[in-house]
Amino acid sequence: MNKKAEGPKKEKVVGTPALFVTEWWTQFLWDMYCPGCQTPLVGRLIAEAIEELGIGDRAIMVMGNGCHAYLAGGLDFDVTSGGHGRAPDIATAMKRVMPDGIVFTVQGDGDCVAIGADALIGALSRGEKITIIMVNNTNYGTTGGQMAPTTIVGQVTTTSPQGRNPDVEGYPTHAAELVATFRGVSYSARGSLHTTANYRRTKKYITTAFQRQAEGVGLSFVEVITACPPNWHMTPIESLAWIEEKVIPEFPLGEFKNVTHIE
Amino acid sequence: MGDRIFIEGNEAVGWGALSAGCDCYFAYPISPQNEIPEFFSREMPKRGKVFVQAQSETGTIGMLYGAAAIGVRAMTSTSSPGWGLMQEGMSNLSGARLPCVIVLVQRVGPAVQNLQHAQMDYKSVTRGGGGGDYRNMVLAPSSVQETHDIVQLAFYLADKYSNPVVVLMDALMGHIFEPLEVKTLDFGPLPSKDDWRLRLRGQRKDGKHIVSPAKGMAEGYIDYLRNLREKYKSMESEIRYEGYMIDDAELVLVAYGYCARVCEEAVNEARAQGLKAGLLRPITLWPFPYKDIRDKAAQGCKFLVVEDSLGQMVDDVRMGVEGKAEVSLVDITFRHIASEDGMIMPQRVVEEIKRLI
Repeated sequence: MNKKAEGPKKEKVVGTPALFVTEWWTQFLWDMYCPGCQTPLVGRLIAEAIEELGIGDRAIMVMGNGCHAYLAGGLDFDVTSGGHGRAPDIATAMKRVMPDGIVFTVQGDGDCVAIGADALIGALSRGEKITIIMVNNTNYGTTGGQMAPTTIVGQVTTTSPQGRNPDVEGYPTHAAELVATFRGVSYSARGSLHTTANYRRTKKYITTAFQRQAEGVGLSFVEVITACPPNWHMTPIESLAWIEEKVIPEFPLGEFKNVTHIE
Repeated sequence: MGDRIFIEGNEAVGWGALSAGCDCYFAYPISPQNEIPEFFSREMPKRGKVFVQAQSETGTIGMLYGAAAIGVRAMTSTSSPGWGLMQEGMSNLSGARLPCVIVLVQRVGPAVQNLQHAQMDYKSVTRGGGGGDYRNMVLAPSSVQETHDIVQLAFYLADKYSNPVVVLMDALMGHIFEPLEVKTLDFGPLPSKDDWRLRLRGQRKDGKHIVSPAKGMAEGYIDYLRNLREKYKSMESEIRYEGYMIDDAELVLVAYGYCARVCEEAVNEARAQGLKAGLLRPITLWPFPYKDIRDKAAQGCKFLVVEDSLGQMVDDVRMGVEGKAEVSLVDITFRHIASEDGMIMPQRVVEEIKRLI
């Protein structure tokens, strides 16, 4: 059953998004995120996308466990967070009870494709009509920079001190490509925020993902590559260059699936 | 009296949930409780209610969390191995103070042994098996009708205390066939969920709500723990048990679930032989009727705990008597045959009664 998104599409958001909890962005943000962290930008893009689609009054959000979960306070939606990796399960129940709701999760790479891989695959298999935004910083940032499924080959982390060795530790997990293989998925894309052009493209990806949910078509997914300067042991500027040189070649950007209805 | 149907315990769980107005059921197949998810898969869609088969028990308990967080009545069910997988979720539900119902149809353990009945999850159910310090409220039925009624009570108590409630059964209680009268029970008014439940942004009448097991961060951690402790203390007003011939009993049997049915027969047989035995059947396993057991101990009664495990509830009875009465145990090793198929028979219990009186 496909249906058009309700409400007229609004103008591009200029200035502070209406869906921000202003106090959080002006006071608490600085205590929660490291210099050069791009996770707050993901929050901003979500707020802008939802506002521009005019679906803010239907939205409710679910956080994973990790740095991304601090966004819980920053967006003006009711929010919950449960066990590590369980966000797609929680979102599933909410969406089934409130099919008109715009239910989305924000999860990290470890949350989404390591400990929560079963929850992700379950939601994909069932074609839950939710949106999953996965923030990929190629390591477990909150816990101090351990190796994640998304850690790139050769990357030094606190649990791969010699660099990720594929003979022992395997190769990075490509979430957006994996998600795109499921028939119940309407949209899957990977964006980054390391240049202005990519920031704008990622905004488009996130907007399209929410558009698909508003239309009632399948599960929509966006993976966003973000910098994690302290755990990468780089300056913020060096981190952006490293994304361009090392991360993008491993994790190509773009849309991997985009359909307006599922046969 | 309304119409009665002849039905097994597992299906009575389903009818009880429907009578309670359950909105969502989350399923993962595991024996010996598969009749429960099959019931809901059949009955929920035609009522416009939610049935989801998850990818695992970590999935069902996560979904339960999501449904409870938006304030609808939700439940899941499982058996012992699945219960193990749910423990992190149980801790989260308790930590976030979410009302919901979990039915556990116990089977033999430890680990994946077989699909037969046992009562080996008493400790993890009554003490909490997940991380942190929390309590589940636990109710134990011992007939098909009581199963149906207790599931409704479980929903009521979950909403009243904003806490998960576990209905503890065993494979025999799940598969026993008895007559059932399906009826909605009224337990009285309940507090509104509107001051905490999650809503779509356009449905909000007050500010943003956050449901999280890490509530202590906002509320002050020690205050949060004190509030939890006070809530657990207040649950003691819900203690329920059934006494069978205990007023003049010299020996009080303590048992729940199928073992309580066995003990009832054993008490009848003992009384026929002139032995003053009685049965105290806890209906709430947590909070446990310590005081009532202590009172019987003060009257000079001895105790015989009958449970189909190596001995778990017996520790609660010992705590209840506070060393003032002799406590004996008929455990799983007293089964009539030494296999998973065996069960504790009334005759074996009568032998112990004779030995003790």
